[in-house]
Amino acid sequence: MGKKLLLKNIDIPGISSYEVYRREGGYKSVEKVLAEKNPEAVVEEVKKSGLRGRGGAGFPTGMKWSFLAKPEGVPRYLVCNADESEPGTFKDRYLMEHIPHLLVEGMITSSYALGANKSFIYIRGEYFYVLRILEKAIKEAYDNGWLGKNIKGSGFDHDLYVQIGAGAYICGEETALLESLEGNRGNPRIKPPFPAVAGLYGCPTVVNNVETIAAVVPIINDGGEAYAAIGVERSTGTKLISASGHIKKPGVYEIELGLPVEEFIFSDEYCGGIINGRKLKAVVAGGSSVPVLPAELILKTAAGTPRIMTYESLADGGFATGTMLGSGGFIVMDETASVLRNLHTFARFYHHESCGQCSPCREGTRWMDQILSNILKGNGKMKDIELLWDIQGNIEGKTICPLGDAAAWPVASAIRHFRKEFEEFIENPAAVKDVKHYYSVNNISEA
Amino acid sequence: MSKITFSEETLKTVREIIARYPEGKQKSALIPLLHIAQSEFDGWLSPEVMDYIADILHIKPIEVYEVASFYTMFNLKPVGKCLIEVCQTSSCWLMGANEIVEHIYKRLGIKPGETTADGMFTLKTVECLGSCGTAPMLMIGADYHENLTFEKVDNLIEKCRQSGKRSSYLVDNMLG
Ligand SMILES: Cc1cc2nc3c(=O)[nH]c(=O)nc-3n(C[C@H](O)[C@H](O)[C@H](O)COP(=O)(O)O)c2cc1C
Ligand code: SF4
Ligand code: FES
Repeated sequence: MGKKLLLKNIDIPGISSYEVYRREGGYKSVEKVLAEKNPEAVVEEVKKSGLRGRGGAGFPTGMKWSFLAKPEGVPRYLVCNADESEPGTFKDRYLMEHIPHLLVEGMITSSYALGANKSFIYIRGEYFYVLRILEKAIKEAYDNGWLGKNIKGSGFDHDLYVQIGAGAYICGEETALLESLEGNRGNPRIKPPFPAVAGLYGCPTVVNNVETIAAVVPIINDGGEAYAAIGVERSTGTKLISASGHIKKPGVYEIELGLPVEEFIFSDEYCGGIINGRKLKAVVAGGSSVPVLPAELILKTAAGTPRIMTYESLADGGFATGTMLGSGGFIVMDETASVLRNLHTFARFYHHESCGQCSPCREGTRWMDQILSNILKGNGKMKDIELLWDIQGNIEGKTICPLGDAAAWPVASAIRHFRKEFEEFIENPAAVKDVKHYYSVNNISEA
Repeated sequence: MSKITFSEETLKTVREIIARYPEGKQKSALIPLLHIAQSEFDGWLSPEVMDYIADILHIKPIEVYEVASFYTMFNLKPVGKCLIEVCQTSSCWLMGANEIVEHIYKRLGIKPGETTADGMFTLKTVECLGSCGTAPMLMIGADYHENLTFEKVDNLIEKCRQSGKRSSYLVDNMLG
């Protein structure tokens, strides 16, 4: 059994309530930092832990915190990114729904470290019911003196609010999120300035993912070194993985970074293997944006070493033969799945979600969606493959925000590793209809 | 049409929300207020409703329109009482989302984007709702319905008919 830090108490009945959460040691990290009265030491502890942002980019959290500008008399903000809209990712929802006080506690402890007297959790609009759960937890925290004025007599004031979104993947990008929080369209800003200097309302702001903020709690309780002792090299600590697709046990798993990919997919402790005794075909390992890999390359690197769940190992081989840990949205496809059709759902997604500011992204995502749709309707031509390759190459690196790259990578990797499938679809559209692309709904219970 | 105004009780909530933000940053309340407005005024945002929100926040109507039109959860046209939103992205598609959409078409005769003649149901396909491990799934109001089967879908349709209530993102557990 791997060590659990975030979900260790998840099965305790009533853990979503304040009483049980507190009884199990909740809010200790707040007590600790308020007693020690040394915000810089909290930042140091997070640096020592090696914690990297869990929202997808994997940027070292302690370093991000130390970049926060601190001009006199200007408020600072902490904003938690709970937009969670990257296809394949549902870990933040799980955490907020089942153990909401862990996030609230992390927000208070982190805000103390950053000197923020006001913080926001920006949650995607579709998670309205989770908003209710968070609001209840926040009210309990206020009622018990963990929020508000002069928290536990420390002189530290803090107010925490949840802000609801309204359905836009792009608002997960941190500057689009800040725009949305200010009541605007979610158009990403040009960086620099970075939020650490000019973020919410032009004030210095830290934006962190839900899981990142939650991880601050065990880091403060047990020390950064204890956290860094888990994992491999620069991938320290534990990570929540959202596992879905053709596996026996889909769900959210907390793994120690360094777990072999093969064990994650096939062992009964995790995904439990592929449903209906079928073979593994492909995996999208870190949410829709990361390159898709065929079975051989997800289990072993091109050099033949077993791949493990770390930022470094998954990226081994670069984009030629590797992928990324990303948000930890782990989508598994068995031998009956069509990588091409799955790709089309992604292409349609990015087309829908492009904010439209940059021409390469706005036009390119529309074009890729149309070409793929055409191929799948049986009207594809061989030269479409080259055209897709060309379009994705003209988006990547040429846009304001990384959504453009995120739209390009799945297309590039599908062509790189599954070109044969494209060719088969194009050459023989009639056969396409015979391929069993998905399970009939009635069979799902077999899994 | 009756005059567009929030009830006293709703206005109290509205004032509380506005008070969260620093002086001069009241526009931050726009999205939360649009959600409330959509829920109170028949499930969509008419120009009159949006003008009312602009009034409350002391901003120009265009500032409301441009935001309302950006976000997929805001309906700028009337929708059926029961808005069924089916996820169609990767994991849901792998687990049979297409068949769920087809099944709803068989039952209600509507395709994505359409509303039944009696104004009871609107079907909409949406992108990943963060429920991929329990795919396929759909959303009605604030409620997620997961691990769908045709039977579950039929039950939901029946419950919507019986309740006759308008679905709202602000109401949890609306079908019981
Ligand atoms: C298009 C796009 C969507 C994103 N969506 C999310 C998201 O839903 N949640 C998230 O935490 N980060 C998301 N990010 C990353 C954020 O911009 C940001 O890096 C992150 O919230 C920082 O937090 P972290 O350092 O704790 O990971 C997204 C980035 C892009 C470009
Ligand atoms: S890359 Fe796409 S989503 Fe990002 S700013 Fe440009 S148009 Fe908008
Ligand atoms: S793919 Fe449907 S909920 Fe994520």
